[in-house]
Amino acid sequence: MILLLLRRFASLIVTLLLASLAIFVVLEVLPGDPAAIMLGTEAREDTLAALRQQMGLDRPAYERYLDWLGGMLTGDLGLSMTYRVSVSELVADRLAVTIPLAVMAILISTALAVPLGLIAAANHEKVADRGVMLFAQIGVAIPNFWFGLLLILFFSSYLGWFSAGGFPGWAANPALALKALLLPAIALALPQAAILARVTRSSVLEILGEDFVRTARAKGLTRRVTLHRHVLRNALIPVVTVMGMQFSFLVAGAILVENVFTLPGLGRLLFQAMSQRDLVVIKDVVLLFAALVILVNFLVDLAYAWLDPRLRQRT
Amino acid sequence: MKALARHPTLLLGGLVTLLLLATAFLSRVWTPAPPTQIQITRRLAPPLEAGLLGADHFGRDIASLLMAGAWNSLSIAFVAVLLGMAGGVLLGTLAAAWRGWAEEIVMRLADVTFAFPAVLSAIMIAALIGPGVTTAVIAIGVFNVPVFARVARSAALQIWERDFVLAARSAGKGALLITFHHVLPNIAGLLIVQATIQLAMAILAEAGLSFLGVGVPPPHPSWGRMLSDSQTYLSQAPHLAILPGLAIALAVLGFNMLGDGLRDVIDPKLRRKR
Repeated sequence: MILLLLRRFASLIVTLLLASLAIFVVLEVLPGDPAAIMLGTEAREDTLAALRQQMGLDRPAYERYLDWLGGMLTGDLGLSMTYRVSVSELVADRLAVTIPLAVMAILISTALAVPLGLIAAANHEKVADRGVMLFAQIGVAIPNFWFGLLLILFFSSYLGWFSAGGFPGWAANPALALKALLLPAIALALPQAAILARVTRSSVLEILGEDFVRTARAKGLTRRVTLHRHVLRNALIPVVTVMGMQFSFLVAGAILVENVFTLPGLGRLLFQAMSQRDLVVIKDVVLLFAALVILVNFLVDLAYAWLDPRLRQRT
Repeated sequence: MKALARHPTLLLGGLVTLLLLATAFLSRVWTPAPPTQIQITRRLAPPLEAGLLGADHFGRDIASLLMAGAWNSLSIAFVAVLLGMAGGVLLGTLAAAWRGWAEEIVMRLADVTFAFPAVLSAIMIAALIGPGVTTAVIAIGVFNVPVFARVARSAALQIWERDFVLAARSAGKGALLITFHHVLPNIAGLLIVQATIQLAMAILAEAGLSFLGVGVPPPHPSWGRMLSDSQTYLSQAPHLAILPGLAIALAVLGFNMLGDGLRDVIDPKLRRKR
């Protein structure tokens, strides 16, 4: 297990370094003069020179890259050109919205998908199964930002139960803040739930055909107990893996959904930074998002190895 | 026909996809009204009051905008998936052929690229070269590379274990020749299935990018931007939000079902599991 852990950790570091290098090359090396990109073609030469100096563009690229990485590790993410505050400060504020949103979306999608997948597999090729599969097909096809708009249309415009967007902040009223995140989290969760329900169903079906399930039934265990005690536990391993793989789509979804609900999260910050061509913020936030995806996949990989002893022995 | 009747998913998916493609092609020669024609007197008119599906905030005909949007959405999705497929299949099959460090490098690069969803790459590219079709195609195409690389690699590895490949190797054929003569033809079916599913994902991604304003630039019609524009008039004219969303969902559903149906035909063993 320790050998596996070390190998996976080394792979994590290499992947993170490659991701950071890719971002740096795209945003700081390929454009030639990032200062000109940020200020536009009509910027005055003295303003450009000042920005170049502030961004340290007179130094070699490798030095800037190492400085940036060092800053990332120590929490010094540089200064935003648009907001005139440190990017760390901006990111910390926005993470307080995006992280709870992502966690809520994962919880909702899991709470919906696992029972649905289980019901579908237990009623294989019956009405319930077909119903769940139909939900899965449609759920995957619905864009989360459109679903968000439909939720606003129904729950805000028509019923008036929720506000159409915005975020009151955790300090003012945590209950209201949670409520403001509910519709966006549901919008984010739907496609995830559809995919997870499908994976749970196929995974449970596979386990149901295993010998140990037949043995459990032959020993006199009821179908319900067999399902809960033996099948579900084993069937959840691939579900966890797919959840990790889906995290990348959750991140992309968060950027869109935050814009639909005008939530001051990391996704909206990135979108605003793009509009303002604030390369400093874009560079940091893109790396944060990418690192989050890589880290979650690493943890899922470890969880998978921990849950499946065969994998540990092989390594 | 009998074979199609045995696979209703394939039939339905095929029909929806065909209808979508026909609409997209038809929009090149005919739409009920010019898609960009502004008629302020018809502003926000509901369906049937002005044209079949009503008019948007500029009084443009929604049916025509949706038809022209289908062309833009599909052409971006097709080009992006083709680019991703070309890059991914090349890398994946070479990784399977060469194994060792080449395989390790390709898989690491795939891991890295996979951490950049199309929206993330598009935002980076848009900050540099501005929003537009090129930005959308590059972003969606790049995200497709690791997907095809992984699928092609794992499928190719299985082919490399087969007896006919062993025979070809004994006859002195090199890794590249075996890849082109034996591996690629044998994994082509699987790649087509994957491409169909990726097209569905690409349509979703394109809509997302246009929604954020980094995809198809105005005044060219796009489903994603129609949705983005609809936000201001959500309670006033809900059809502006409902119709483009339905078009996107139907297109994605069609390609997904077509992909699932094709997979059932190519590998019936997967049918039960899916």
